[in-house]
Amino acid sequence: MDPILQVREVSMHFRHAKQKITSLKEYLIKQSKRQIEYNEFVALQDISFTVDRGELFGIIGLNGAGKSTLLKIIAGILKPTSGKVIRKGTVAPLIELGAGFNGDLSGYENIFLNGLLLGYSKSYLREKLDDIIAFSELQDFIHVPLKNYSSGMKARLGFSIATSIQPDLLIVDEVLAVGDIHFRKKCESRIKEMIGLGTTVLFVSHSIGQVEKLCSRVLWLDQGRIKEIGEAKHICREFKSMKKIKKRKNTVL
Amino acid sequence: MSVHVKNLMKYKDLLLELIKKDIKLKYHNSYLGVLWSLVNPLLLMLILTVVFQELFKRSIPNFPVYVLTGRIIYSFFSEATNFSLDSIRVNKALIRKVYVPKYFFPISRVCSSFITNFLSIITVFSVMLVTGMKVSWLSFLIVLPLLLLLITSAGIGLILSAVNVFFRDIKHLYGVVLIFLMYTTPIFYPVEIIPEKYLKIIEWNPLFPILRMFRDVLLNNQLPQSVDLTTAVVEAVVFLMAGLLIFYKTQDRFILHL
Repeated sequence: MDPILQVREVSMHFRHAKQKITSLKEYLIKQSKRQIEYNEFVALQDISFTVDRGELFGIIGLNGAGKSTLLKIIAGILKPTSGKVIRKGTVAPLIELGAGFNGDLSGYENIFLNGLLLGYSKSYLREKLDDIIAFSELQDFIHVPLKNYSSGMKARLGFSIATSIQPDLLIVDEVLAVGDIHFRKKCESRIKEMIGLGTTVLFVSHSIGQVEKLCSRVLWLDQGRIKEIGEAKHICREFKSMKKIKKRKNTVL
Repeated sequence: MSVHVKNLMKYKDLLLELIKKDIKLKYHNSYLGVLWSLVNPLLLMLILTVVFQELFKRSIPNFPVYVLTGRIIYSFFSEATNFSLDSIRVNKALIRKVYVPKYFFPISRVCSSFITNFLSIITVFSVMLVTGMKVSWLSFLIVLPLLLLLITSAGIGLILSAVNVFFRDIKHLYGVVLIFLMYTTPIFYPVEIIPEKYLKIIEWNPLFPILRMFRDVLLNNQLPQSVDLTTAVVEAVVFLMAGLLIFYKTQDRFILHL
């Protein structure tokens, strides 16, 4: 029982001003006249769970359930209103491939930029450089500026970087939907390889079939709260039947 | 505190890479490139000399160098702070997707700006030699005012980049502040012509002690005055602390406004 991720009573409240105020002048005037109204929105309420090393943990839920918000908090991009997240080791989010890719620089230069952004040292990246280029199948294109790449090439490079560096926790969010069938197969086998080497994977998807097939445990998020958490097959079945009931309701109406 | 230092060590390569990237991209599509950084201060110096030399030549011995030093200090400051003002907004896509120590963006911009401006130091020395001025070992002391300027600019850059996330019109406001600073810094006029009652304002200008130190060391071959040194150090520390504090307190809310 080696917990690599502990989410403890995490809540996320958003408090947005009803109108968008982007200038200092507007803000001071409205604040002095007390005209600013705020909308409160609770995205996540009291989320607690633990993920052990080497697990393939799935997160499912309908749109708006709070999955992306939860992932952003786990990745450290968003700070929760209350509660905390304890991570052991490095996190590589595949929340969107190629974060930080700069179009004017070449693929080669972007490998370093992207890798450094994920928190790896330059010497480590130099070691992994050949692996990264080989997996991406970009060869000579690696020295071409990124703005001349196709979206598929960018995806390949981003995926290659994020998975070559062996993070302790890999967060995958709908990203396996990009690329052609050949690339998708490579991604799946790469992820399986990583799990074999001890990487923990957090998998978020709308494709319940994939989640059921790959994950050991699943968290079902519903309107910001944990509806259920436990064995993958059981929860996925419940989710599917819930969807069927909803569908029937909607068609009857 | 130690968490932050550990973080800095972990991401130190990234900071250096960001600085290199800024420098690379600055000269990326420009034809004259590096040459421009050398020539630009020269051109400004010529204009200011032609216009103002007659007026002030009695009080200022070497007008071209006087004006050049003033311009350079001002340029270091205005470019560094202006460039870092936008740094968070420009990188919004990044900040929304990956965790990165956000203060890297304004800091890397201040650093890269200083590095690219450093070429103008070559221009100063060249003009000094051409106009027959002595260049002594004391000149190496220019690192002191420049270092203090770097720290001050970093603090102000942090403040500006944070405010810019919430209030986008700070850019225009700051433009006006820079113009005010330019006229209240004795770039092309001697300090003596300022009336007594306004002298207080001039002395509060963070560039003032730094510029005087810079000129003392280069033009007058003297050590920097202790009043300038203390003022500049205090201002640098205050601005840096304020910058770090404001940035630290607001950075968690950036993502909500980007």
